[in-house]
Amino acid sequence: MSSASKTPVQPLALSEATRARFAREVAKFPAEQKQSAVMACLAILQQEQGWVSPEGELAVAEVLGMPVMAVHEVTTFYNMYNQKPVGRFKLNVCTNLPCQLRGGQQALEHLEHKLGVAAGETTADGLFTLQPSECQGACADAPVMLVNDRHMCSFMSHDKLDQLIDSLRSAAPAAAKA
Amino acid sequence: MNVEQILSSFKATGVETCFHGRHINPQIYADINGSNWRLKDYEARGGYAALRKILGKDGGEGLTQDQVIATVKESGLRGRGGAGFPTGLKWSFMPRQFPGQKYLVCNSDEGEPGTCKDRDIMLYNPHTVIEGMAIAAYAMGISVGYNYIHGEIFQVYERFEEALEEARAAGYLGENILGSGFNFQLHASHGFGAYICGEETALLESLEGKKGQPRFKPPFPASFGLYGKPTTINNTETFAAVPWIIRNGGQAYLECGKPNNGGTKIFSVSGDVQRPGNYEVPMGTPFAKLLELAGGVRAGRQLKAVIPGGSSSPVIPGAMMMDLTMDYDSIAKEGGSMLGSGAVIVMDDTRCMVKSLQRLSYFYAHESCGQCTPCREGTGWLSRVVDRIEYGQGRPSDMDLLDSVAGNIMGRTICALGDAAAMPVRGMLKHYRHEFEHHIEHKTCVVGAYV
Repeated sequence: MSSASKTPVQPLALSEATRARFAREVAKFPAEQKQSAVMACLAILQQEQGWVSPEGELAVAEVLGMPVMAVHEVTTFYNMYNQKPVGRFKLNVCTNLPCQLRGGQQALEHLEHKLGVAAGETTADGLFTLQPSECQGACADAPVMLVNDRHMCSFMSHDKLDQLIDSLRSAAPAAAKA
Repeated sequence: MNVEQILSSFKATGVETCFHGRHINPQIYADINGSNWRLKDYEARGGYAALRKILGKDGGEGLTQDQVIATVKESGLRGRGGAGFPTGLKWSFMPRQFPGQKYLVCNSDEGEPGTCKDRDIMLYNPHTVIEGMAIAAYAMGISVGYNYIHGEIFQVYERFEEALEEARAAGYLGENILGSGFNFQLHASHGFGAYICGEETALLESLEGKKGQPRFKPPFPASFGLYGKPTTINNTETFAAVPWIIRNGGQAYLECGKPNNGGTKIFSVSGDVQRPGNYEVPMGTPFAKLLELAGGVRAGRQLKAVIPGGSSSPVIPGAMMMDLTMDYDSIAKEGGSMLGSGAVIVMDDTRCMVKSLQRLSYFYAHESCGQCTPCREGTGWLSRVVDRIEYGQGRPSDMDLLDSVAGNIMGRTICALGDAAAMPVRGMLKHYRHEFEHHIEHKTCVVGAYV
């Protein structure tokens, strides 16, 4: 992770509030199995930081007493961890077959057009990152999308997609300051 | 509105998928409406009576562990996650006398394309899962359990945690449950985007905080499971069925369905139907009836094909499907496919089978964990070959190539993902070979523009 030409990565400083959220997850598992909380801790970190940085991985490794490479293995294995910073709103549109049969792919293309980016890209203002995704387990709600991992939006017709994007755009500046 | 409020306004309400009043004699989805998921509501409709009954806290003398397992065996309940393994038999494999820690795990990693039933169970009736797990834990002498929930449905994870808090506060979980001396603590945990973690040993790896790569079996989880301890894993819907069975008896459950196919089953109907959603019906209900519940095929179109049990199950032509009943035996023996997770993907006559398979093959290549070479390499081959056929660059030899690659994956991998990727390919070639040949010869679909 570090080389002679770079400053070694320092662990992210965790707030008391973050540590308390970690502790709540760790408490679910046997004392000698703290590593079991790594999925939840990384998800918490991503919610707070927007992505899982090398500094964040180091901090999680320290808290859970596991090698940082074991943390990195988890970050890189699961699709939802952001290994790079993303826009303020990460939009994951399901395009798997059941959704595709009900306009999932068109929903993704509609957003590409509306946001002026291709799937996989972030808008220039840093507000939106658009991605296709695999099955979210809500096939009867198609088209379905996730916003920032934790918010599922169902039955996303083109009208509702427009509403969502427009509302987020107008709410975002205030939210960014909060 | 703030961001939180905006996002909440796009949340599903369950009206379309669950509270449509179109179930047939539902057990798990009975009497729920989206706002009565809390513990007091659950108790009001008979919830936790089954747990009281087995613990002898309802005025009766209680059930022994053997009696609980015998009741579940009698019910004919089979695993609802996909494999259909008899639940009572699985429970009897647990070495109850093992002196160390044992674990109970609920597989709520619902990611098989087409499947969305467990989400509605946990959102709208979470306590039935908790009660079912507590009963299972009692029967197998287990004191700790985890419910591993699909990472994409975070609202469900939060809801389930809230339900757990309620159950703990009411004394249904924890030490000395209802004063019986039985201890069982249950926790929620979550995935974060990996289809493979629905495979039970990959799920255990993930629960241990590792990448979700399946373990070689044997040893099976019953002897070497979570943290190497004896572990029983069942699907969410399987646990959710248990309280009804204990309250009403194994025989009553069996009589809801067909012999060897007891009880009700929740089918997630998606794709080209008027009313996509979850439909809980007795096992053995004709497919034609299920399709009718889902409002029939989209207006003005004809039924073409059905993938009957999640994306991994081989496709069945519509005409054949209309003669089948929705149970393990009919779909397998007469349809040559699998009931799987009960995810029914309906396709109408505007659908191109090459394009449909293209999306599925991409999915399996994307989600292969990479551990076994036949799957890691083979799923990529399948995806690329179907791609080129779809894009008009297929070669006549591709038909044999697809079959050969599928054959070289099947049975040669640690887990079932390889087979799951190969089976849809073989199913498509069996029933829709002419569409693939047409694509190769004419560089275009047999159907019109794909919409």
